[in-house]
Amino acid sequence: MEEKKVILDIKNLSVSFQQYDKGFARTDLDVIRDLNVTVHEGEMVAVVGSSGSGKSLLAHGILGILPYNGALGGTILYEGEELTQKRKEELRGNEIVLVPQSVAFLDPLMKIGPQIRKGKKDSASREKLNRIFEGYHLKQEVQELYPFELSGGMNRRVLVSTAMMGNPRLVIADEPTPGLHMDMVRRVMSHFRELADQGAGVLLITHDLEQALEVADRVVVFYAGTTVEDASVLDFASEETLRHPYSKALFRALPQNGFQFIGGTQPYVKDMPTGCPFGPRCEQFCEACTGEIPYREVRGGKVRCRKAE
Amino acid sequence: MRRMNGRQRTVLAFGAALLFLALITIAGQVFAKEAMATDFSRKNLAPCAAYPFGTDWMGRDMFVRTLTGLSMSIRIGLLAAGVSALLALFLGIVSATMGRAVDSIVTWSIDLVMGIPHILLLILISYACGKGFKGVVIGVSLTHWTSLARLIRGEVLQLKEAPYIKVAGRLGLSPWQIARKHMVPHLFPQFLVGLILLFPHAILHEASITFLGFGLSPEQPAIGVILSESMQYLAMGKWWLALFPGLLLVLTVVLFDVAGESLRKLLDPGSAHV
Amino acid sequence: MMLLLVCVSIAAFFLVSISPVDPLQANVGQAALGSMSQEQIERLNAYWGVGQPPVERFLAWASDFFRGDMGLSLLYRRPVSEVIAVKLANSIWLLAIAWVISGVLGFCLGALAGMKRGTWVDKAIRGYSLVIASTPAFWLALVLLMIFAVWLKLLPVGLSVPIGMEAAGVTLVDRIRHAILPAMTLSITGISNITLHTREKMIDIMESDYVLFAKARGESGWSIFKNHGFRNVILPALTLQFASISEIFGGSVLVEEIFSYPGLGQAAVTAGIGSDVPLLLGITVISAAIVFGGNLIANLLYGIVDPRIRRGGAGL
Repeated sequence: MEEKKVILDIKNLSVSFQQYDKGFARTDLDVIRDLNVTVHEGEMVAVVGSSGSGKSLLAHGILGILPYNGALGGTILYEGEELTQKRKEELRGNEIVLVPQSVAFLDPLMKIGPQIRKGKKDSASREKLNRIFEGYHLKQEVQELYPFELSGGMNRRVLVSTAMMGNPRLVIADEPTPGLHMDMVRRVMSHFRELADQGAGVLLITHDLEQALEVADRVVVFYAGTTVEDASVLDFASEETLRHPYSKALFRALPQNGFQFIGGTQPYVKDMPTGCPFGPRCEQFCEACTGEIPYREVRGGKVRCRKAE
Repeated sequence: MRRMNGRQRTVLAFGAALLFLALITIAGQVFAKEAMATDFSRKNLAPCAAYPFGTDWMGRDMFVRTLTGLSMSIRIGLLAAGVSALLALFLGIVSATMGRAVDSIVTWSIDLVMGIPHILLLILISYACGKGFKGVVIGVSLTHWTSLARLIRGEVLQLKEAPYIKVAGRLGLSPWQIARKHMVPHLFPQFLVGLILLFPHAILHEASITFLGFGLSPEQPAIGVILSESMQYLAMGKWWLALFPGLLLVLTVVLFDVAGESLRKLLDPGSAHV
Repeated sequence: MMLLLVCVSIAAFFLVSISPVDPLQANVGQAALGSMSQEQIERLNAYWGVGQPPVERFLAWASDFFRGDMGLSLLYRRPVSEVIAVKLANSIWLLAIAWVISGVLGFCLGALAGMKRGTWVDKAIRGYSLVIASTPAFWLALVLLMIFAVWLKLLPVGLSVPIGMEAAGVTLVDRIRHAILPAMTLSITGISNITLHTREKMIDIMESDYVLFAKARGESGWSIFKNHGFRNVILPALTLQFASISEIFGGSVLVEEIFSYPGLGQAAVTAGIGSDVPLLLGITVISAAIVFGGNLIANLLYGIVDPRIRRGGAGL
């Protein structure tokens, strides 16, 4: 693989929330810890993890739109420079764009056209939007509709259109295909693939490994708020080429591999075990796994497991 | 000094508000006699060290008069708000559980009571009761239950659909048992907050109606009476007769509000982040 | 709505009919009654329906009412409809001005506080609203009276205006001067409710997914307010404002009484104290009609303004 420019480099990212327990004790909940992801130019990276594991916070953290009681740690580099809150605010919506889960992220009382144009009325933005709609085979009348009037098919294309109003270098798609059937998923995913092929970096956040394998170049496996493996899509061809026991478990749970699920559930943030978070569900668990587990390179990928070779 | 976190501050605010209100109530009771005492040697005094709120044209100490008036207002407020809240609880539950006919009657009554401006309804009820103490308590009780009843009705309707309530029904518990064992404990915090938040309104309306001459009789040192009397002396520059009693009334009402809001914050499960 | 009005009149009638206050004694006076002949008293009794069963009395009153005859006001010695018309004409300006000022100001303050949640601006606005919400309108009226009429002598002490003053003898300037303080009091007290509600709504909106997404798309501050905040908050605010006519009316009763403003509120107090039952009933029904009218407009507004209801059929 030829060396491409790194667009996004996330190192040891953490997201935590302040919360009260019973009584007066105030605790910090680390919903995300030690998260590492890189995205190159023209590359589509899928962050795969089960629902409710805090993946969306990754997207919100990159864009600087965490809730007011959320705190961000670690470093995010965008095109080699630190992505500060000020820079996020300058870049978001133009160079860094988000494609949300559903039309619930659109203002219900604003017509589609003006909404995508962010209320701008100049001819340049009008023309740009018209061209984008043409490109996605959306009728121009759709601009005059309210979000609730969109059909399921239009929804996704409208949401992707919002991203195209800027000049995206980095596209973050947060669970863009919930509850869609495979046909539709492929169509939506092809839009993202196109964006990547045009040179943008795409970070796809999803719970669906199957989808991710179909379109992405690389898969980052997310477990209990941290990244446990960073592997090429090709590594998912067989269980042996994978590195982390959780990735292997996900692999075995795929339909073509026999739907074998492992027992247990992800630990809740408050009851996080020390050391390896996957420990309690792992067959190879031993005393040493309760210590610090480094994120290290193994066979061209990365893994957070002491046993992996 | 160690900085307190939000929840500790909330508890402190709640405690301080309650303590202060209790003090006013008790002090007013203790000074009840002095509040009526006239002494023409000290009439129309502006506020000074001995009489912080001044004295009126009959030489009555405005400070103790205000305390006694507020104490009376608080007690009437407690009584009326209590009755009103119980009425709301009863009607809310009945409306949500006793079938459609009852429900529509209750919702209708709510619309009805809300449709007549409160003050006007208070005047009507007070007129119906021949004015005086009884009229105020009944009037305030009958006008303030509507929003809490609506809230409780909505809450019970939601509870009825909750899975654990349905399971309890299938296990053979009677509706009464379900209501007592599963619904009341859930409703209680909401009821308590609603009750406390009723006080400020009850007190304000009691004072207003008394001020207009439909409430407590002019012989009683009620806060509404005090302010109503002060009106005649305003033009003569006796500003203290109206200013201080009113300020203390505002403070009392604010404190009830603070107490209610703090309690709501503490009981609300969503406040874990605050 | 008509049904509700009928219920209001029944309830009001019930309340005045159980009153222990004897209309004859209150209106004619004990002394006058004593000097009257038995025949005269009986005639008065018949006129006022004393001794007649309440249901019959109600039906007689209601059928007159539907024909536009609200009876005769005893205190003003003129038809109730006429008294109400004059008083309402006086009140309506006061109410309308206070309603608009408190609505607009309250909306702006609430929206500002909601957008700037947690800042000192928000804290100041919220603190102000909470204190004002706890301030009785009549006391505020007294304080304003002290400041502007007694100390600064800028505006008239309402009290000095003769109660019987009617529209004919008053100049427009006089009228305005007498309306400033009452309108000011009502506006100041009316603000807090709308401010607090608008603020809550604005906070909900600011935490909504669509504002989150708008931020992710680079919108901020004014742009978010213009594109999303205003659009979404104006409807609930308008609804609330129309539904809160009852409160501003209640406030006007107190304020008019203090400033001797010859409006509907003052008439209500006079009627209540003087046992002018027909006038009290008339005012109750009319004010309830105004309140219900406000609620009705509030409900209709949703249909007109909200595209999800207006164009609801198209997408579903």
